[in-house]
Amino acid sequence: MKCLLLALMTPLLWSQVTFDRILNADKEPQNWLTYSGTTLSQRHSLLTQIGPANVKNLELQWVFQAQSLEKFEATPLVVNGVLYTVQAPNDVVAIDAETGRIFWVYQYPASPEARPCCGRVNRGLAILGDTLFMGTIDGHLIALDSKSGHPIWNVTVAKADAGYALTHAPLVIKDKVIVGTAGGEFGIRGFLAAYDARTGKEAWKFYTIPGPGEPGHETWAGDSWMHGGASIWVTGSYDPQLNLTYWGIGNPGPDWNSDSRGGANLYSDSVVALDADTGKLKWYFQFSPHDDYDYDSVQVPVLADMDWKGKPRRVMLWANRNGFYYVLDRTTGEFLTGKPFAKVTWTTGLDDSGHPVRIPEANPSREGTLVYPGVQGATNWFSPSYSPHTGLFYIDTWENYSSIFNKLPGDFVEGRRYTGGAPRSPVPSLRGTQVINRTEEEGYGVVRAFDPKTGVRKWEFKMSDVTGSGVLTTASDLLFAGGREGYFWALDARTGAELWRASVGGPVDSGPMTYAVNGRQYVAVSAGNSLFTFALRQ
Amino acid sequence: MKRLLWLQWIVVSGLSAQHSFTPIDVQDGGRLFRANCTICHGAQGDGVPGIDLLHGKFRRAKSDDDIGAIIRTGIPGTAMPPNNFTDFAALTIVAYLRSAAAATATTTSGGDPVRGKAIYEGKGNCASCHRIRGVGARLGPDLSDIGNLRLAGELERSVVDPDAEVLAQNRHFHAVTKDGATIDGIILNEDKYSVQLLDSNSRLISLKRANLRESAFVEKSPMPSYRDKLTHQ
Repeated sequence: MKCLLLALMTPLLWSQVTFDRILNADKEPQNWLTYSGTTLSQRHSLLTQIGPANVKNLELQWVFQAQSLEKFEATPLVVNGVLYTVQAPNDVVAIDAETGRIFWVYQYPASPEARPCCGRVNRGLAILGDTLFMGTIDGHLIALDSKSGHPIWNVTVAKADAGYALTHAPLVIKDKVIVGTAGGEFGIRGFLAAYDARTGKEAWKFYTIPGPGEPGHETWAGDSWMHGGASIWVTGSYDPQLNLTYWGIGNPGPDWNSDSRGGANLYSDSVVALDADTGKLKWYFQFSPHDDYDYDSVQVPVLADMDWKGKPRRVMLWANRNGFYYVLDRTTGEFLTGKPFAKVTWTTGLDDSGHPVRIPEANPSREGTLVYPGVQGATNWFSPSYSPHTGLFYIDTWENYSSIFNKLPGDFVEGRRYTGGAPRSPVPSLRGTQVINRTEEEGYGVVRAFDPKTGVRKWEFKMSDVTGSGVLTTASDLLFAGGREGYFWALDARTGAELWRASVGGPVDSGPMTYAVNGRQYVAVSAGNSLFTFALRQ
Repeated sequence: MKRLLWLQWIVVSGLSAQHSFTPIDVQDGGRLFRANCTICHGAQGDGVPGIDLLHGKFRRAKSDDDIGAIIRTGIPGTAMPPNNFTDFAALTIVAYLRSAAAATATTTSGGDPVRGKAIYEGKGNCASCHRIRGVGARLGPDLSDIGNLRLAGELERSVVDPDAEVLAQNRHFHAVTKDGATIDGIILNEDKYSVQLLDSNSRLISLKRANLRESAFVEKSPMPSYRDKLTHQ
């Protein structure tokens, strides 16, 4: 007994997830240390055990069935053989990444006051040291011991009963944890905030709608800035050389009736570049000024370095919900190029500065106006991928997708929906049906590969239904993605050829990821209410 | 595999028969008590004047059966509401109250937080095994919220007689692999083929049973008794 006690009382230091490790996550591809794989958010893995020649031998290893009927949107983290994910809305689960056996479950009783617009969902976690961080749908940020699931601190970020929610995976930068607030359909005033990872104390706050006296405030008529939305619900990126963190901002509110909010409505539908230490705005680029269609710019900012017209350039690749693909200089925010990647009818195109030229007849109306892309956009929150190996940029797209946008009156009441309309579409917005009987003209899903410098399409892989899946690429030139029709595919990242598929029995509403344990590579994706992992047959 | 558990069966008389409750049932009763009862009755069960749940002091109930019925149906005209519990669930709360009463019987004071903190950080050397708010080790239970989860008497019993009760989530496991490596830790999960542990190096690990030469739950708590090291106060 004494020997046992002595053994127990001599703990050894187990390697912790330092920020340096997160910055260099590509050096340890067996782990997945942040939402998009690295802070550059390319969702690209250097693991190559699974490749085009052997991917046909992938087989199911284990399944985690969530005790939740909500959409399973989380991308797991994997650290040293332990997989961490979130069972919606806010239960954190630590799982042996090799066998699927559960180490611990942290159950968070989210307040019934929580009212996220589009499902009681969560998209994942962040980690620093041996502490996990999770935003909750009732507006809290929680720190948990990654070894036991025991809470360390819990702070209120925003009021749940006023429509604020936290649904995205936090982003760790240095010693801070950054989160932003969802709630764009509830008349919130969105913000990003950074918290001390050790204590939970707020370090800085950036409102996505400028207040009185701040630059950009004049882009909101009257008091509309107070309830203008501009939410954040997808994880941002970070460039360590520039010390800038980039975040996509959501739609202005009310979504489909803009009469009360004359002006460009900064920084809704924009990407903002903030100093990671202070939260000060360095630059912004607004994709959809004075948006009438709910075209949130809540895409993951994909950062890449490439030759641009003969010179090396730090760029940002962005396929937007509004149907356009953009390349920006991420040092300055300069617009470099842009072109449609799907059917678009709300604008005649982009001007030289990258701003859309609006068509007044396409504005929402009381009787309804047919517009492409529809309310869910030509793409949405699901992660793109950039492969430095193929040099291609990949996105999941909704093609031929439209909505009829009705414009309706409506006053702001705290905590109630504040949308000014009710779009209708032949494609269900958030939840698919188990039967698909639409024509191709009514909308379908497709994986598309582009030359990132020109936006020219290289190949596409069509589905019957649309998709809520992210895209994962690997250095062995594989691409993994899924769809609402319940398939999870491996494609040849160079050609788009189908190499393997699994029927997962439910819509893929998450970003695939990959990891390795004891030298064996796994691919994981959540679909329906379960997390599936695959590896090569042994 | 040798499996030794700390079975403390609690017997409660109710519903025309005596019911026996396993330690798991008692823990469930404790969870129901903390989630539903303490908001009015207080964490120590004495928040309502004239009632001390942990010392058998009730206004109306004469038997365990009566307590269970009151838990389920409430008391009309008073602040005691009905609760949507099964008969069995209500009696697990009674079982918990009986268990806690036994543990509380010898406790004479609620403790001194300042002196307790000094002992925790000083001669008790508690942080070498326990953890509070992210500081300390993980060999024993995290104590961050222990005051909300356990009664003073239960805590005192654990300090002076750690083997008296080891909750399921705190059980330790000992394994020796076929190549002779020794592994100890808190057992988190198990199945026919594997065991999941938080080991003594704070690693979450999964052991394949086929690779183990021997394995067993540890019979006693690894925590030393402080019966002769600390005074009652």
